[in-house]
Amino acid sequence: MNKSVALEMKNVSKRFGSVLANKNVDLTVYRGEILAILGENGCGKTTLMNMISGIYFPDEGHIFVDGEEVVIKSPKDAFAHKIGMIHQHFKLVDVFTATENIILGVKDEKHYSRVEAEARVKAITERYGFHMDPHKKIYEMSVSEKQTVEIIKVLYRNADILILDEPTAVLTPQETEKLFAVLRRMRDDGKSVIIITHKLHEVLSLTDRVAVLRRGEHIATVNTKEADENSLTEMMVGKKITLNIERSEPKDPVDRLVVSNIHCTSAEGLPLLDNISFTAKSGEILGIAGIAGSGQRELLESIAGLQHLDGGQITYANPKTGEVINLRDKTPLQIRDLGVRLSFVPEDRLGMGLVGNMDITDNMMLRSYRRGHSMFLDRKRPKDLAEHIIKSLEVVTPGVTTPVRRLSGGNVQKVLVGREIASAPTVLMVAYPVRGLDINSSYAIYNLLNAQKEAGTAIIFVGEDLDVLLELCDRIMVINSGRITGIVDGRNTTKEEVGLLMTKTAVPADNTEEKEDVSRE
Amino acid sequence: MNKQEAKKTQEKASRVREPLFHVIKRDTIPLWKSWMIRVIAILAALLICGLITLVLMGRNPIEMYASMIKGSFGTSRRIWKLLKDTAILLCIALAVTPAFRMKFWNTGAEGQVLVGCLATTACMYYMGGNAPDWLIIICMLVAAVAAGAIWGLIPAIFKAKFNTNETLFTLMMNYVATYLIAYFLLVWTPDGSSSLGRLEHGHLPVLLEDVVGNSYLLILLVVAVLTVGMYIYLKYSKHGYEISVVGESNNTARYIGISVPKVIIRTMLVSGAICGLAGFLIVGGLDHTVTTESAGGQGFTAIMVSWLGKFNPIFMVLTSFLIIFLDQGAAQVSQDFNIRGAFPDIVTGVILFFIIGCEFFINYKIVFRNKKQKEEQA
Repeated sequence: MNKSVALEMKNVSKRFGSVLANKNVDLTVYRGEILAILGENGCGKTTLMNMISGIYFPDEGHIFVDGEEVVIKSPKDAFAHKIGMIHQHFKLVDVFTATENIILGVKDEKHYSRVEAEARVKAITERYGFHMDPHKKIYEMSVSEKQTVEIIKVLYRNADILILDEPTAVLTPQETEKLFAVLRRMRDDGKSVIIITHKLHEVLSLTDRVAVLRRGEHIATVNTKEADENSLTEMMVGKKITLNIERSEPKDPVDRLVVSNIHCTSAEGLPLLDNISFTAKSGEILGIAGIAGSGQRELLESIAGLQHLDGGQITYANPKTGEVINLRDKTPLQIRDLGVRLSFVPEDRLGMGLVGNMDITDNMMLRSYRRGHSMFLDRKRPKDLAEHIIKSLEVVTPGVTTPVRRLSGGNVQKVLVGREIASAPTVLMVAYPVRGLDINSSYAIYNLLNAQKEAGTAIIFVGEDLDVLLELCDRIMVINSGRITGIVDGRNTTKEEVGLLMTKTAVPADNTEEKEDVSRE
Repeated sequence: MNKQEAKKTQEKASRVREPLFHVIKRDTIPLWKSWMIRVIAILAALLICGLITLVLMGRNPIEMYASMIKGSFGTSRRIWKLLKDTAILLCIALAVTPAFRMKFWNTGAEGQVLVGCLATTACMYYMGGNAPDWLIIICMLVAAVAAGAIWGLIPAIFKAKFNTNETLFTLMMNYVATYLIAYFLLVWTPDGSSSLGRLEHGHLPVLLEDVVGNSYLLILLVVAVLTVGMYIYLKYSKHGYEISVVGESNNTARYIGISVPKVIIRTMLVSGAICGLAGFLIVGGLDHTVTTESAGGQGFTAIMVSWLGKFNPIFMVLTSFLIIFLDQGAAQVSQDFNIRGAFPDIVTGVILFFIIGCEFFINYKIVFRNKKQKEEQA
């Protein structure tokens, strides 16, 4: 292989406020290779690539293209250095055709000639074996076709270094194979291809080298041939860190919530949840681990009555009467009216769990404002609750009339968790409850969850930090691409085991027959 | 000095060049400061208008402002007209406000008022002489409110069920309303003149005729009650709370089990019904007839009133008053100075521009690069 260096990053760092997204990263990219940037969520993969493609500007460090130091201040600069990025969220004009999108914004020296442009697009398509109708409008295209347009757009601008941000996240396995074939052809043509991913099997089957990032730092770059799933996982998740979170033994756990064989699909027809079955027990914390977007949100929203299911059952056992209640296809209001004390701390705190522009009192009311027959609101009790939560959870706020969006992340979360716990739930679902919180706030949240556990609540905890999951949860369910890849005992498992399950290749979605079977049931 | 310059050039070279100033969203602003900005804006507007008068028209600006004030407050008749126009405009603005708070951009107030006018007139036309006036008035009220509500309901249903664009939908409903009136005018005027003339029956009662001498008092009272009612409805009722939640975030509404379609439909019923009521007041209390111009564009002006008043019914009293005052004043200026052209509109435009524009400085602050660098160096 011709090993000439295409791009080099030296000592690159980037901060966002107090968060260090990338720290002293060194990276080398060669011509004619496919390099994977591998790492967990939030480890700084995309930030690093955004610095090459001109979206962000590094705080420190240097970037070299073909051995010369360059300054990349905008995507335009990046294209001038023949670097192009295909973002996860496509940036296309819906009502334009593929060709129009591709040539949009390119300033040639010569006069613009549509015929010439189309010929160039055609040449690119043929050279790399793309399948694309140049006259099709974007809004008529599938996700995979749109991605093709994005790639050709970058190639049309003569990019020699292509960066793809999680290109397979939205593709079916068949489409993924097609994409990989195209990427290999580009490599053989001497281009450098960088793909950001957290799917190990793709790394192993496609790439030449892998650079692993963890918490913003570059851990190592290895040749794919010399790596395997275990070694990569270990680099990705790192050594176990002891956090000393309390964990009591569950007290007489009983089945509280039984989820069986639920599945649902996205608007594009891709499976979001695929045959998920599990049981949440009282007095127990069930952790859910998985790469972001593996179906965590859909799973919790299914239980909360916010996600339409194509099949399966969700049942709840009432602790007082022992009555078993079906929760599927119920609205959140119906679920509450059935006497199910289900609390839910969603991932999107200010966009879903709370109303940012309302004050703490009014946010307390979200759950309880319907109480009573009066047509007017009773603000007395919510205000008392707000004051109670501020005091007992030590929320830092100027007062109960401060809009919650002005509070810091930790305090917003305390307000939300406080409200959800105030209704004495029997099932408590929390999604990424300590994301963005400092150490003290995080421990405050763990303590609240543990107190709920002692009180006999069945807790479902969706987390991203494996160290926390391993110390806090009694059982950990791992999901990948909407499927369960394993349920392990939180006390006996290891970080590597969970890490492997997270990236384990789910059985390819060649299960259309199976799905039909379920729906027929 | 040299050092400073050297440092500046160095900074420029090493960093991405910052623009001269940039805009930062303010987190919060003390009340006195926000009102100070508003007062400064109005003073600046008056100053600029004065200059325009002086330079372009060669007239004394003080005279012009005096003429404006005279136009609105000069006689008791003018004061009553000012109050009456303010009340009608405020009524329509109150109607669109609950929808706006829900972020449902109801641009169809004009049409909803027009169908209210039409329904009122229909009752007057068909029942006049056949029923006692009190019965006609009750029918007028019911018909107008129902017609407005239906006109608001149709786009709401389509929004709730099919997520159609409410702005376009309500806007187009305006034209349907206009042509409906045109059609009925043809039906009601057999001579083909399309001009209905004043109808004799079903006039709203004149309160305290001896003291006031006109029929405006009832309208003022109705709108005053409505203003307070709307304020309470939005701030203290469960419905008002639901409207705010839906307006802030559909996701939150879904999460706590508010049925978003239900709230949209219910709120638009209220919005349309109040527009219908405005139509009832216009025809029953003032015009006693209908034309395609019965709403006179106030359905659109009301949108501005509502926005300027930050969707708060109490503030909206001020904003509707301001707009009517400017309007009436401009008309007087045009008469006194014997100017036919766009000059009075320019003056109103400048004043509104400053009042609306100053909100930018209340929400954002501007940071200049030089200042920032000085701070860094300090």
